[in-house]
Amino acid sequence: MKITLDVNGNLHEINIDPGDYLLEVLRDLGYKSVRRSCHSASCGTCTVLVGGKPVLSCSTFAASVDGQRIETVEGLSQGEKLHPIQEAILEEGGAQCGYCIPGIVLTGEALLRENPDPSDEDIKLALNGNICRCTGYESQNRAIKKAAEVMRGDDYE
Amino acid sequence: MSDMSEAFETVGKPKKKLDGKALVRGKPVYTPDYDVPGALIVKLLRSPYAHAIIKSIDADRARAIEGVVAILTHEDVERIPYSRAGQGYPEPSPYDTFLLDRKVRYVGDAVAIVAATSEKAALKALKSIDVEYELLDPVLNMEDSMREGAPVIHDEEDCSGVFDKSRNIAAHFEMEIGDVEETLNGCDYVITRTYHLDTQLHAALEPHNAVTYLDPAGRLIVVTSTQVPFHCRRILSRILKKPISEIRVIKPRIGGGFGGKQSIIAEPYAAMVTLKTGRPARIIYTREEVSMASNIRHEMKYDITVGADANGRIKAISMRGLSNTGAYGEHCLTTFMVSGSKTLPLYNKVDAVHFGGDVVYTNLPPAGAYRGYGAPQGLFALDCVIDELAHELKIDPLKLKEMNSIREGETSPIFKIMGEGREGVPQIMKSCKLQECIDLGKKEIGWDEKRGRRMRNGSRVRGVGCALAMQGSGIPKVDMGAATLKMNEDGSFNLLVGATDIGTGSDTILAQIAAEVLSVPLEKIIVYSSDTDVTPFDVGAYASSTTYVSGNAVRLAAEKVKKQILELAANFLEREEKELKLSAGTVTCSDGSSVSLEELCTKHMYTFNQQQIAATASYVGEESPPPFLATFAEVEVDTETGKVYLINLVSYADCGLALNPIQAIGQLEGASMQGIGWALYEDIIYSSGGRMLTNDFFTYKVPSRMDYGKLTCGLVESYEPTGPFGAKSIGEIGIDSPIPAIGNAIFDATGIRLRHAPFRSEKIFFEILNLEV
Repeated sequence: MKITLDVNGNLHEINIDPGDYLLEVLRDLGYKSVRRSCHSASCGTCTVLVGGKPVLSCSTFAASVDGQRIETVEGLSQGEKLHPIQEAILEEGGAQCGYCIPGIVLTGEALLRENPDPSDEDIKLALNGNICRCTGYESQNRAIKKAAEVMRGDDYE
Repeated sequence: MSDMSEAFETVGKPKKKLDGKALVRGKPVYTPDYDVPGALIVKLLRSPYAHAIIKSIDADRARAIEGVVAILTHEDVERIPYSRAGQGYPEPSPYDTFLLDRKVRYVGDAVAIVAATSEKAALKALKSIDVEYELLDPVLNMEDSMREGAPVIHDEEDCSGVFDKSRNIAAHFEMEIGDVEETLNGCDYVITRTYHLDTQLHAALEPHNAVTYLDPAGRLIVVTSTQVPFHCRRILSRILKKPISEIRVIKPRIGGGFGGKQSIIAEPYAAMVTLKTGRPARIIYTREEVSMASNIRHEMKYDITVGADANGRIKAISMRGLSNTGAYGEHCLTTFMVSGSKTLPLYNKVDAVHFGGDVVYTNLPPAGAYRGYGAPQGLFALDCVIDELAHELKIDPLKLKEMNSIREGETSPIFKIMGEGREGVPQIMKSCKLQECIDLGKKEIGWDEKRGRRMRNGSRVRGVGCALAMQGSGIPKVDMGAATLKMNEDGSFNLLVGATDIGTGSDTILAQIAAEVLSVPLEKIIVYSSDTDVTPFDVGAYASSTTYVSGNAVRLAAEKVKKQILELAANFLEREEKELKLSAGTVTCSDGSSVSLEELCTKHMYTFNQQQIAATASYVGEESPPPFLATFAEVEVDTETGKVYLINLVSYADCGLALNPIQAIGQLEGASMQGIGWALYEDIIYSSGGRMLTNDFFTYKVPSRMDYGKLTCGLVESYEPTGPFGAKSIGEIGIDSPIPAIGNAIFDATGIRLRHAPFRSEKIFFEILNLEV
C-alpha cells in the first residue's frame, strides 16, 4: 500500500506492507536516530513524535500514521546548533552510551511544549517510560530541568 | 579533587564527551546504523529444551523457501572447541563451547544458522526446520549439579580446561591464610550464615549485533557491538580457522555493555555465513535472545563464617561458595575468584582467612562477565555477615566495619595470593580515602540520628544500612593497553587507542590525558578507538582497566611525543633542550624565542629534517589500586505489603583524582542504579523446564525513574601516585554495595534479615507474617 509520511517537514511517498512498523520504515528512510531495543513497547528507545505526542514506533503500524506529522531527533537541532535539551544532556553527562537519548530528547521536548516549567516529579513521570541502563537517571532529569529554564528565558528563540 | 585538579589544564575538568554531540543528535553511529548493501539476514534456530541430543535435522523444506540462501547445522561447520570469554590469552576459562553442536545444553542454545535475503524469509525458514531431539534430564539448580548420578552436561571428549566434567564442576578454587579453624576457636563471637544472590540481566539497550563482509581483498570485516575487539579477532580466528591477519574487527559506538559484550556471542554466526556464502551478513539479537541466549550474571551462594574478639576485632573469615556458570564456562573461575579477591582485602586485620568453592554447570543460560565481576556476590555475604556480627556484639555496624577495614599504607596478603585465574600481585594501598567516604556518607544520610529508630509512617517503617566496597583498576601483570599518538601539521594529534569506549566516556578522558601532557586544548586531540587494523592492541573495556591501564599508556605515549617535540624544537631554534618549555601549543625558550606546534610540525613534514612526529607506548599495571566506596541506604518498608521504598541511596567514592568528574559521577550513579535494580526489582524466573520466562522488559523489571527516591553520589579528594594524573578506575565499584546496604537497611527497619536477594516484596511480606505468628 502507498502512504505519505511527513518526517521533520520532508514528505515521503512510500510503498509499504500493511504490517510494517513505523520503526523499520523510518530507519529504512534513513532516520537512524529511531532505534530498536525491546521491540515490544516497553523501553521508550524508539520514541518519535506523531502530531507532537510521543509514540513508540516499534509498535505503531506505519499505515496508521499515514499523512501525519512525524518528528525525529534529526529534525530538532538547527544545523550545528543543538536543541537546549541536547545541550543540557551533554553538560550534565546525561548521555553515556547514548542509545536511549533520541527517545529521551523527544519525550522531554513533548513535555516542555505542554509544560514549560515542570517539577522534578513531572519530569520523572513524563519520562518514566524511557529506560536508561547507563546513567541512573539523575543527570538526565537535571538536564530536562535545565533545558526548561533555558527555553523559558528571554534569550531563547 | 578540587585542589589537586587546579594544577591541571584539562584533566580533572568536567569536559563534555567528545562523541556527545553525535549521540544527542541521533547520528548513525552504532553497528545497526551501518548500511551494508545486500547483507543477508541471519537468524538462529534455538533449542526449546534445556538438555537434549539432536538426533536429526531436516532443513529441506526451509532451504526451498524463496529468499533463503544458507542453512548451517552442526554437520556443516567444523567442530572446534573454544571459550566465548573475551579475556587475555590463554583464557583462564574452559574450551567447552562449539559454534553448533549435536548436543544442546540450555533453552536457547543454537541449533542452526539461517541466512536469507529478508527477515520474513529467515523467520519462515526457522519454522520450517524439522529437528528430532532425544531429551536428556536437565540440571536446573546448583545443588543438583554435583549430586551423585546427576546428568553430565559436558560429557564430550574434546572440551578442555574443565575442572571435573563427571561432576559438572567447571572450576574450583581454594586458599587459606593462617589457620582459620584454630583462630575461630579462640574468638569470643563466631557466627555462620548462608547468603544467596540470584542472577541478573545486563539489559543493555542496544542488542548484541554484528555485520560482516569481505573487503575487495577477501579479508573478513566484522563491525560489531563488542567490549573486546582484539579478543574478538583472536577468537574468531580460532573458530573460523582464518588467520588473524585476514580479520579486521571494527567497534563503532556501543549501546551499552556492562560485561554482556565481553564475550564473543553473535559475531561468529554472521561471520560463518559470510565465509560460506561470500556475501555480507547481519545478525541482530531480539530482546528475548539477548536475555536468554547471551550471558547473565553468576548466581552465587556463600556459607560464610566470621569470628571476632569481644572488642569487635575481626580475627577470621571463611567463605565457601557455590557459583552457577550455566551451560558454558566463560569467566567461571575468574568471577568466582574476584568475589573473594575484591572483597576480602577490605577486612585486612584478620589473622586467618579462607576462601574456596566450586563453579558448576547447569542447563541454564550461560553466565559471563557483568560489572562487578563476582565482587557484588561476595560482598553481599561478607558485608551482611559483619552487619550481623555487629548486632551480636551490640555495636554500631558502621563502627565495626570502620575499625576493621583497610586504610592507606596498609596491605592484605590476599592481593598476592588471589589474582584472576592465577596468583595475584602484592600491593600496598597508596591511596585509600575510605574514612573520608564514610564520614561524608554518614553525614549525608543522617546515620546517627536514624539508625535503630524504626521511625513509623503509617504502615511503613524506616531504617538505614551501610556497606563498604572496593574494586580494582585492571588486572595487574595481565591487562595490556597501548596508544599511538601522531602529530598533524596544524598542531593537532591523532590518538589511536585499542581501549574500547562502550559509553563510559573513555575516549574523552584518554584525550584529556594526552591534551594535558602536550599542553594543548582538548579539541586538538582526535580520538579513534578500537579498530584492529588501525589502533594498537588493548584488552578492551573490562575489569575497571581503561582509566588506569589504557590511561597510563596514553600518558606514556604523549610524554614520548612531547620529548620528540622538544628535541626537534631545540634543533630548529638552535637552543638547548633544557631551556625549552611546551605550553599553550607553543615551545618557548627562556630567551623569548619560540615556535608554535603548527609551525614546527609543518616544517618537519615538508621542508626541514622531515619526519612524522609520533610515538606508541604500552602499559601493563604492576598493581591494581582499588577504588573505595561507602554506601548508605535509607528505606521504608510497608509492613502491610512488604514493599520496600528506597528513600535515598548515598555513595561516596575514592577513585583517585577524577579525570572527568561528571563522567566519573555518571559511572557511580549508573552502577548504583543497576545495584538498586538487582536489590529490589530485577528477578529472573525459569519455567519448570528451564526456560527463562522473564526475557523482556515487561517481565524483567529494570528500574525506572519512579522506582527510587533520591540517589546521591559524590567523590572524595584523592590522588593515586601510580595512576595517570592520580586517577584510579571507577566503572564497576558502584554496583557492589547497594544490595548489602539495602539488605542491612531492611533489617534496621524491620528486624528481618534477608539472606537471599533480590529482596522482593513477597519475600518480605511472608517474613512479616512469620514474625506476627
